[in-house]
Amino acid sequence: MIAAHLPALQIVVPLLAAPLCLLLRRGALAWGLALVVSWATLAMSAMLLSQVLQDGVISYALGDWAAPWGIEYRVDSVNAFVLLIVAAVGAVILPYARRSVAHEIPAEQHSAFYTAFLLCLTGLLGVAITGDAFNLFVFLEISSLSSYVLIALGRDRRALTAAFQYLVMGTIGATFIVIGIGLLYMVTGTLNMADLALRLPPLGPNRTVLVAFAFLTVGASLKLALFPLHIWLPNAYTYAPSAVTGFLAATATKVAVYILLRFFFTVFGFSFYIGALTLQNLLIPLAVLAVLVCSTVAIFQDNIKRMLAYSSLAQIGYMILGIGMATPTGLTAGIVHLFNHAMMKGGLFLALGCVALRVGSVRLESMQGLGRTMPWTMFAFVLGGLSLIGVPLTAGFISKWYLVQAALEQDSWMLAILVLVGSLLSIIYVWRVVEVAYLRPAPPGAAAVREAPLSMLIPTWVLIGASIYFGIDTSLTVGVARQAAIMLMGGTP
Amino acid sequence: MTPAAAILLSVFIPLAGAVLIAISGRWPNLREGVTIVTATLLFLAVASLVSTVFAGGRPQATLIEMLPGLPLFFEVEPLGMLFALVASGLWIANSVYSIGYMRGNNEANQTRFYVCFALALASTMGIAFAGNMMTLFVFYEALTLTTYPLVTHKGTPEAMRAGRTYLGILLGSSIGLQLLAILWTWQIAGTLDFTAGGILTGKVSGPMVGVLLLLYMYGIGKAALMPLHRWLPAAMVAPTPVSALLHAVAVVKAGVFTVMKVVVYIFGIDFLRDSGQNQWLLYIAAATLLIASLVALTKDNLKARLAYSTISQLAYVVLGAALATRWGVIGGSMQIAMHAMGKITLFFCAGAIYTATHKTEISEMTGLGRLMPFTFGAFLIGSLSIIGLPPLGGSWSKWYLMLGAAETGEILMIAVLMLSSLLNVAYLLPVVGRGFFLPAARPASVGAAAAPARGGIQEAPLFCVVPLCMTAFGCVLLFFFADSVFRLLEPIVQP
Repeated sequence: MIAAHLPALQIVVPLLAAPLCLLLRRGALAWGLALVVSWATLAMSAMLLSQVLQDGVISYALGDWAAPWGIEYRVDSVNAFVLLIVAAVGAVILPYARRSVAHEIPAEQHSAFYTAFLLCLTGLLGVAITGDAFNLFVFLEISSLSSYVLIALGRDRRALTAAFQYLVMGTIGATFIVIGIGLLYMVTGTLNMADLALRLPPLGPNRTVLVAFAFLTVGASLKLALFPLHIWLPNAYTYAPSAVTGFLAATATKVAVYILLRFFFTVFGFSFYIGALTLQNLLIPLAVLAVLVCSTVAIFQDNIKRMLAYSSLAQIGYMILGIGMATPTGLTAGIVHLFNHAMMKGGLFLALGCVALRVGSVRLESMQGLGRTMPWTMFAFVLGGLSLIGVPLTAGFISKWYLVQAALEQDSWMLAILVLVGSLLSIIYVWRVVEVAYLRPAPPGAAAVREAPLSMLIPTWVLIGASIYFGIDTSLTVGVARQAAIMLMGGTP
Repeated sequence: MTPAAAILLSVFIPLAGAVLIAISGRWPNLREGVTIVTATLLFLAVASLVSTVFAGGRPQATLIEMLPGLPLFFEVEPLGMLFALVASGLWIANSVYSIGYMRGNNEANQTRFYVCFALALASTMGIAFAGNMMTLFVFYEALTLTTYPLVTHKGTPEAMRAGRTYLGILLGSSIGLQLLAILWTWQIAGTLDFTAGGILTGKVSGPMVGVLLLLYMYGIGKAALMPLHRWLPAAMVAPTPVSALLHAVAVVKAGVFTVMKVVVYIFGIDFLRDSGQNQWLLYIAAATLLIASLVALTKDNLKARLAYSTISQLAYVVLGAALATRWGVIGGSMQIAMHAMGKITLFFCAGAIYTATHKTEISEMTGLGRLMPFTFGAFLIGSLSIIGLPPLGGSWSKWYLMLGAAETGEILMIAVLMLSSLLNVAYLLPVVGRGFFLPAARPASVGAAAAPARGGIQEAPLFCVVPLCMTAFGCVLLFFFADSVFRLLEPIVQP
C-alpha cells in the first residue's frame, strides 16, 4: 500500500516537513526533523531505484488524475539514479550541517536555514521525479528560490551579491525554460513529457518546436552553468555556507544536467536531436572550452572554494561532453560522471567546510601545515583531489575511462586528448593545495588548529569513501548508467 | 599455501605491514622490527611461487571485476617472478640499511617513511604480478603516489620542487600518454590481458604501430627514456634508502619491466620486429644510453652521477626490448636483476659515505677508501658489475644484449654497447680510485685538525655496512647462478 505511493511520498514528506521546521523555531529541533526526513527520503529513493531496476518504469498518477491531464510522476532508471544521488547527498550533508551551520549562521536563522534546505531538497527531487514539463518548472523554481536564500545566508557580505547574481541568472534560465515549455504546449496541447515525445515527431520540421528547443537548451544550460553561461556559479559557491556549497555542488547542477538529458533524449527524441540542429556541433565545443578554460582558471585561484567551483565547471564540461557525443558509451560516461562527481566534489567541499570551521578561512595561504594539524580532513581532500584527477581506483578514473573510450569509438582523437589534458590541468590545481598543506610548515604565531569534529569528518569521509568505492566496484554506477543510456537512446534496456 | 593465496598475500603483506608500522610508530625498535618481519614474510611468499613458475605454471588470482571485462587480475609469469624476487629480496637488505641510515642521520618523520615504503612495495608487487595492462596501470599509478611522500621527505623547498618534477612527469606521462595507449589497445583488441605473442597482431598496422609504441614508451615515464628522464635525478633529494631501493630498483625497474611486458605480451616481439617500427625506439634507447653516461661524467655529486648512470642502464633494458629478438629480450630482462643488485650496492655505499662523513661530492672523497675499506670495496664490486666485467652478474646481461644486437645485424648497437661500457668505466672507477689511491686531502691550514687520524677504520654504522656487503656479494653470486635466471626467463621468448 505504502510502497505504491512511494513516488508521491518522496516529494510530499520533505515538502511538508519544511514548514514544520520553521514552526519548530529551535534550531536543534529543526535540524533533528530535517535529518530524519532526509534519511527517510534516502530510504525511499533507494527503494524506488531497486523497484525500477527490477520491474521497469514506474508511472504514478498524482491524485489519480490520469496521465496526459493530471500530473504524472514517472520513474525510470535515469531519474531513479538522479533521485538517489540527490537524496543520498542530502542525507549525508545534514549530519554535517549542524556544526558547520552553527559556526557560520546566526542561531536565530537556523530553523529558516533547515526550512530552505528541505525546500531545496524537495525541489530538486521533484524536478527529477516528475513526468510533467510544467511541474518540472514549478519544482525547479522551488529549488532555485530556496537555494538563493541558502546562498544569501553566507557569512561574507558578498554572499548577498552572489545570491542576487544567481537570482538574476537563474530566473532568466527558468524563464527560458518556461517559454520553451509554453511553446511546446502551443503546438502539441500537452505538458506530459511522455505524451510530448509521442506528439512531437509527427509534426516534422516545425519552427515553433525548434524555437522551443532553443529556449529549453539555453535555459537548462544556464541552470547547469555550461560555459559561457557560468558566471553566477563561482561566486555562489564561494560565498555560500560550507554545507550549502557541498549540497548544491553535488546536486543542483546535476539535476540541471538531468533536465537537459530528459528534454534532449526523451521529449525531443534522439533522432530530433541529431538531425535538426546538430547540437553535437554546439555542445561539444562548449564542453571542451569549459574543460580547458575553467581548469586553467582554477589553477590561478587562491580561494580554494572558488578553485573547486571552477573545477566543478570543468567537470560539468565533461558531463556535457559525454552527453554531446550522443552515443551509448558517451551517455554512459556523462551519467556515471554525474554520480561520481557528486560524490567527489561533495566530499571535497565538505572537507573545505571542516577547514573553514577550524581555521576560519579557505584561502590557500591559510592552509599551510594543515596536513599535520588536520590529518583526516586533508587526507580526505587529497583522496577527493586524486579522484578529480582521475587516478585509477577512484571514481574519477571510471568517468575518464568511459569518456575517452567514447571519444575513441568515434575516432575523435582530439577529444580523447583534450579529456586527458583536462586531467593534467587538475593535477596542477589539486597539487597546489597538497603542497601547501603538507610541505609548508604552519606560519609562526598561527593559532593552534584542531582536527574537525567527528560529526563533520564522518560525512566527509562517507562521500570521499564513496568516490573511492565506486572507483573499484563499478557494478552499480556503470550498470545503472549503461541501462539509462540505452533507454535514453531509444533502445530497450 | 596455494599459489593464488601466495599472490594475494604478496600484495597484502606489505599493506598489512604498513598498517602495523603506522600503529607501532611510537616505538622505533618495534616499528623497524615490523618492517623487517614484513619484508621477510613478503620474500617468503614471493619465493614460494618460484617452483611453480619454474615448472611452467602460471598461477592466477582475481581480485575484483573493476569494469566489465576488465578485472583486477594477477598472473605470475617468469618476468614478473624475477622482478618480484629482486624487489622483495632487496627490500630486506634495504630495511636493515634504512635503520642504520635513518637513525645515523637523525631523519624526521621516520614512521611516515617506513609506511610509505611498505605501500610502495605493495604497489611494486601488484605491478610485478599484474595479469593485464589495467591492473598494471592501477599499481603503476599507486607506486607514483606512494613514493611522492618519500621524495619530498625532507620537506624543504628543494624537495618540494623535486616532488613537482617527479609527480608532474610521472603522473603527466602516464595519464596523458599511457592511459591513452591502453584505451586505444582496449578499443582495437578488445582485451588487455598479457598474452604470449601479443594481442595486437592484425589489429593495427603500418605507422600506427609506431604511434602506439610511442605512446606506450613515453607513457611509461618510469623507464626514464630521454627526454622524460628529469624526474630521476630530481628524486635523488630523497633519503638514500629511497634512492637505493626505489630509484635504483622498484620504481625504475617497474618502468622498464612495464616496457618489457608491453613489448613481449601486448605487441609481441615477432609482430613488433616485422612491423619495423622498433627502429626509432632502438635509436632513442641508444641515444639515452650514451647521453646519460656522458652527463654522468660531468656530475660531481655522487648520487647525481649514480642517477644518470641509472638512466643509462635502464636504456639497456629498453634497447633489449627494442631489438625485439629472443636474446635481446633475455638480455634486457636479465639486466633488470643484474643492474638492480649492482646499483643498490652503489647507492648503499653513497649513503654509507654520507652517514659516516657527510660528504656528497666525489671530489671530496679522496682517501676515504682507506677509512672505509668495506664500503669502497663494495663500491668497486658494484661498479664492475654495472660495467659488465666477469665474474660479476652484470656481464651476463651485457653479453646477451650484444648477442641480440648481433642476431639482428645491428652492428651500430654493438658499438654503442661497447662504448657505453667504456663510459661506465670512466665515470664509476674514478670514485674508487680516488678513495683508495689518492692521499686524503690535507689542507695545510684550517681543516688539518679535522682530518681523520691515519690508519684507523671509520666505517658507517654496522646496519649500513652489512647490507652493502651482502648486495656486493649478491653481484658475485648472480654471475655464477645466472643459469637459473636464464632458465626462468627462457619460456617468455619461446615461440
